[in-house]
Amino acid sequence: MVNEVCFKNIDKDKAWKLDVYQSTGGYNVLKKILQEKTDPATIIDELKTSVLRGRGGAGFPTGLKWSFMRRDDPGQKYIVCNSDEGEPGTCKDRDILRYNPHALIEGMIIAGYTIGASVGYNYIRGEFWQPYERCEEAIEEARAAGLLGKNIFGSGFDFELHSHLGAGAYICGEETALLESIEGKKGQPRFKPPFPASYGLYGKPTTINNTESLASVPEILSRGGQWFLDIGKPNNGGSKLFSVSGHVNKPGNFEVPMGMPFSELLEMAGGVRHGRRLKAVIPGGSSVPILPGEIMMDTNMDYDSITEAGSLLGSGAVIIMDDLTCMVSVLANLSHFYMSESCGQCTPCREGTGWLSRVVHRIEHGEGRMEDLDMLFDVAVKMGGNYYEREGGRTICALGDAASMPVLSFLKHFRKEFEYHIEHKKCMVARY
Amino acid sequence: MSDASTVTIEIDGKTLEVKAGVMLIDIADDANIDIPRFCYHRHLTIAANCRMCLVDVENAPKPLPACATPVMDGMKVHTKSARAIAAQKATMEFLLINHPLDCPICDQGGECELQDVAMAYGGDVSRYTEGKRVVKDKDIGPLISTDLTRCIHCTRCIRFGEEIAGLRELGATGRGENMQIGTYIEHAVSSELSGNVIDLCPVGALTAKPSRYSARAWELNQYPSIAAHDCIGSHLSVHTFRSDTNRIVPIENSEINECWLSDRDRFSYKGLTSRDRLLKPMIKMDGQWRETDWQTALEKTFAAMQDTIRNYGADQIGVLASPNSTLEELYLLKKLTSNIDCFNFDHRLRQLDFSHQDQAPMIPTLGSSITDLESLDSVLLIGSNISKEQPMLGIRLRKAQKKGAKICQINHRVYDLRMPCEVGIAAHYRNLVLELAAVAKALNIDSSLLPHAANTLFVQAQILEKHSQIAEILKNGEKSHVILGNQAISSPYYSLVEIFARAIATSCNCLFGYLTDGANATGAWLTGAIPHRDYNGASQKTAGLNAQSMLEQPRNLYLLHNIEIDYDCADPVTALSAVASSDFVVCMTPYVSSDMQNYADILLPISPYLETSGTFINIEGRVQTFAGASKLKNSEARPAWKIIRVLGNYFDIDGFEFNSSKEILEEIERTIGEFKGDNTATITEATALADKEDVIYRCSEVNMYHSDSIVRRSEPLQNTPEAKEDRIHINADLAKKLNLERATQVLVKHGNKTIAMHLAIDDTVANDCAWTSFATATSKKLGPMYGVIELEAD
Amino acid sequence: MSKSLSQLVSSKAVAEVELWISKYPAEQKQSAVMAALRIVQDENGGYLNRELMDGVAGFLDMPFIAVYEVASFYSMYEHNPVGKYKICVCNSISCMINGSEKIIDYLEKKFGIGVGEVTKDGRFSIKEVECLGACVGAPMMMIGKEYYEDLTPEKIDIIIDGLK
Ligand SMILES: Cc1cc2nc3c(=O)[nH]c(=O)nc-3n(C[C@H](O)[C@H](O)[C@H](O)COP(=O)(O)O)c2cc1C
Ligand code: SF4
Ligand code: FES
Repeated sequence: MVNEVCFKNIDKDKAWKLDVYQSTGGYNVLKKILQEKTDPATIIDELKTSVLRGRGGAGFPTGLKWSFMRRDDPGQKYIVCNSDEGEPGTCKDRDILRYNPHALIEGMIIAGYTIGASVGYNYIRGEFWQPYERCEEAIEEARAAGLLGKNIFGSGFDFELHSHLGAGAYICGEETALLESIEGKKGQPRFKPPFPASYGLYGKPTTINNTESLASVPEILSRGGQWFLDIGKPNNGGSKLFSVSGHVNKPGNFEVPMGMPFSELLEMAGGVRHGRRLKAVIPGGSSVPILPGEIMMDTNMDYDSITEAGSLLGSGAVIIMDDLTCMVSVLANLSHFYMSESCGQCTPCREGTGWLSRVVHRIEHGEGRMEDLDMLFDVAVKMGGNYYEREGGRTICALGDAASMPVLSFLKHFRKEFEYHIEHKKCMVARY
Repeated sequence: MSDASTVTIEIDGKTLEVKAGVMLIDIADDANIDIPRFCYHRHLTIAANCRMCLVDVENAPKPLPACATPVMDGMKVHTKSARAIAAQKATMEFLLINHPLDCPICDQGGECELQDVAMAYGGDVSRYTEGKRVVKDKDIGPLISTDLTRCIHCTRCIRFGEEIAGLRELGATGRGENMQIGTYIEHAVSSELSGNVIDLCPVGALTAKPSRYSARAWELNQYPSIAAHDCIGSHLSVHTFRSDTNRIVPIENSEINECWLSDRDRFSYKGLTSRDRLLKPMIKMDGQWRETDWQTALEKTFAAMQDTIRNYGADQIGVLASPNSTLEELYLLKKLTSNIDCFNFDHRLRQLDFSHQDQAPMIPTLGSSITDLESLDSVLLIGSNISKEQPMLGIRLRKAQKKGAKICQINHRVYDLRMPCEVGIAAHYRNLVLELAAVAKALNIDSSLLPHAANTLFVQAQILEKHSQIAEILKNGEKSHVILGNQAISSPYYSLVEIFARAIATSCNCLFGYLTDGANATGAWLTGAIPHRDYNGASQKTAGLNAQSMLEQPRNLYLLHNIEIDYDCADPVTALSAVASSDFVVCMTPYVSSDMQNYADILLPISPYLETSGTFINIEGRVQTFAGASKLKNSEARPAWKIIRVLGNYFDIDGFEFNSSKEILEEIERTIGEFKGDNTATITEATALADKEDVIYRCSEVNMYHSDSIVRRSEPLQNTPEAKEDRIHINADLAKKLNLERATQVLVKHGNKTIAMHLAIDDTVANDCAWTSFATATSKKLGPMYGVIELEAD
Repeated sequence: MSKSLSQLVSSKAVAEVELWISKYPAEQKQSAVMAALRIVQDENGGYLNRELMDGVAGFLDMPFIAVYEVASFYSMYEHNPVGKYKICVCNSISCMINGSEKIIDYLEKKFGIGVGEVTKDGRFSIKEVECLGACVGAPMMMIGKEYYEDLTPEKIDIIIDGLK
């Protein structure tokens, strides 16, 4: 059961064209919904049945999120798609934008209908110029075919869709920073409450979903929530895109059933490069705790299993590291990333990310002190909370937590390597 | 039992019944429970970015910011539990890693919020051994010093600009730890309220440039006082070091200035130590100035007055007083002048049209309270640049506008009021009358009630879209206000302006009011500092000459109280020639200028504001008394009321035995009784509108940093770009018509004066209008504030 | 007085900005600021200057500082000259463990410039950037608007040779 949902047409020639999409039933379910004026509650129920969990990282059930919108309240509402894809390791949404833009468009129209929004914005990261152009073409095709615009399928339902291009800021993937960015401001997250469902884009009720979440909706609704759920496992419905990168022979994006053993996914990606030993895996994008290879080999790829194993499924970015990887330099790289990407508004993150990054960098370069290790752990906890004790972070948005989790987990699993660096002023493993 | 709108919560074991939805920090503040904070400020929106106010809420998965957490029923909060303290200490540690720990050399030392909180929450040994961030300082003008390495990024200053000042000049550029507060492109900030960020900044990143490093906070004495440069009367605290004023900060007063202060009120004190200060009485003898003692000076003054009375009659004395004079000074001057039968006494120095003065209301006021402005839903400003002329009222109107009020202005220029304007009409002073007539016409007022001069204009008026719009807005407002500003009152057609403004207000059931010049015009009307009425509007046996006539028909002797005739009168050229041609000029003045040395015969040093006590009545009619705070070293200046008292004694007038300004005030209260402002009036007298000629009309606005002699001598204020604005502004159409599109300098001919001025092409200016800044070194060479001028390329 | 946008950029660029403005509610012109900055930057050879930022502010009725904030927040806006070909090499985790640092070294040697510098002839500049979202093609880089993945020194030579 691979390539059933978002990658359904991936192998077809010009998979992104409207006719190809329609050749496999594309836009049929939209037509049905609009013509039959399906009760939005029914759509939401179907999504709840499917247990589609948000693919952006937090895994929040999409059906439940949509139910927060007060559809019948007067005034403008918005559906916003998060195609900012910036989490290191993650590159799946890019392929949806490139190869299956119509699934996203159909998903957004259905979302708009369900939550009562007549306008949607797709926030595409600025670097994704080609994917953006693909989407623009697809929007043009859809508009020409009467799938966007006024009175779609003669149903009286109007829907407009626009792309908004980012300009280089990971933080704009955070949903409220993304809204600020569409509003023409710096991408600084808003504090919540209020949540976007009551105060979103331009202050209007807004639902924000990830590209993959939205692109999954048409297939779920046409084949049924139960069908989708059954692809995966209870509480972890459907198939999911995994971006497998790092030290594998055949890196790539794979759409596979939730709950697939990690070992199988690794196999699909051609196994560890040069037949080396699997040392460590970051199973859900750079923000989630790292796990040693042995643990991963016994884990399945679904939200619950990975949580149980001590990490998070996150955005589904699986970063594979072989035994020649220096864990100190990897953490230095990750910490540098969060330092560069902190928006700067709240104290613990603005100051903490730089502190962490500098200390790890120092250790990497042989200038560490043993007491740095406990201090790193402590600083990470004070900024982003303690993942292992389920204590949340102290920042406005989850970037603080995201910067802290790698530090905590690297120290938990690979402390020895840090100690070696400090003691010997050099690395335990050969560097690339 | 709590109903739907109240909830029961517990903070630190204290059970509280509170309003639902209010933020925890406000509840804690009201209950005197201390929660540390930096970014939160009750007059600004919530940012929740400093994370200092984290508290421990039971069942929450993480500590929550008290400033952004609304209370919910049953909430149990601990502000001092181990979890709360740990979170607060952690934030403190993060804030301090990049903050210089050099409090002893920081100007904020001793009154720094960070320092205070660090005492309570900071650890003593820093674990941070990496390099500290250093931020290059920016020059943002003469008023504010930046020390951005100290900045803790609370964004209060940025929110202030956006939310209160209505002008975004400071921002946070860059991101992450490189985020910096500033203007990005280095330039002087221009907001008339910029100094407030000094108070808002919790650390020493933004400090007052004029007082920087001059004294430590704990060495200062504090005296409450009232601001003296506009008709608002902001409350302020004068901080003195030894006997000098070291700085001025606002005192919170929710009904007047909240916690804000205009830059003019904050920094004018620098003028007190100007080298121009007159330190001793001086007499001109044979063309030479000599220092003298008080007794000689006062005797000479008395003798000169007596000579004039004896030889030419008391009517040959002209007395002009600043509208910034205290109630006590004006009262005594009135008592003195009327007792010697001199009625040429006026404070309306910047007024040109007096034709309707007999019908003026008893005492002009705003017609509402300052706080009431916030709840207006429509406003028509006529001849008013309110945001610069009365910055505190600008703040209130901005609040109203944010809540949906519609702001309309009819001005010589469409002013940037730092808030969106629904309708803005630019018209020169002649057309302004016609624009008002058109609005009145759009309102269908009963023209038979208009006096003849106005009625003809009404008949001619053409209603355009903009006039109907204003009419609709005023009519539809539940609470609307028509306000005549400083520039309306100065208009050569003030009477016509007022007639139409009143007609508009009456027809829409609007409030009606004035914004007068100076700090105490209301008090001046009340004490009869006008030639045609006695105290409290009572009639008087004769009417004297008004300020303008006194200068147009030169007197034999002038007594000038606290004014510089060439800056403070509407027509500087006429004023100067009047005093030049008179026999004797007495200046009661804190300053001496070379012009003054030319025209004066006796200089009597008076204590300026901050060095004397007295009372101002603000535009709402609020009576506010203040005491002296500082004193200039080596100065023999005396409070003006004492000088007038001595003159009264010399003239042997009864009732001049005062030992303090308080005794004078008590007498005022006894004679005048309780003061009630009343704006009602029916105006039928008017100056006729001159025929339209194809000419250029000069219109002026008093430059806010040249409004009175103290302000004009405050060096930091004089160094602002605003103070230096001294160009003649015309719009592109006029520039084209005059072939001046590429000119940068022009010759301006006004009356028999021609001077060169810099030209600004500015499309906010009305057609056929040349707008100038007034009370400046340039404007004083140029004749009256308003008038027909000629322009040509230089 | 700052110049208006139409005095600073081509009418085509202005029209493009107008098109972006039309995507947002009429009273939300400011939403087009990111697009506007990108458009004027492209036309100005890849970087912004004060005049352009002020022009955008005027065109969108924004305070200058609000435009500066945006222009300095997002990493794709440049404030100093860049090469005709701005080579952005991803140096985040997946690329890094696949040798992106060697790619940067190679480019530095090839052009004789360091990261953040421009070649003398103005054709190339190198920038180190965070994750570009093409991790399964690591190591990778972006030149202008184009992505190049699975890089090796040989492949880089071919790519650079292919640039006009
Ligand atoms: C720092 C940060 C970066 C994020 N980046 C992304 C992103 O690139 N794409 C995304 O879909 N969600 C991202 N998220 C998650 C979003 O905030 C949000 O939860 C998601 O878009 C919701 O969509 P979903 O419910 O469909 O997953 C990010 C969150 C944080 C805190
Ligand atoms: S956690 Fe970091 S990225 Fe998130 S709001 Fe705070 S400073 Fe910005
Ligand atoms: S005061 Fe609450 S976060 Fe700053």
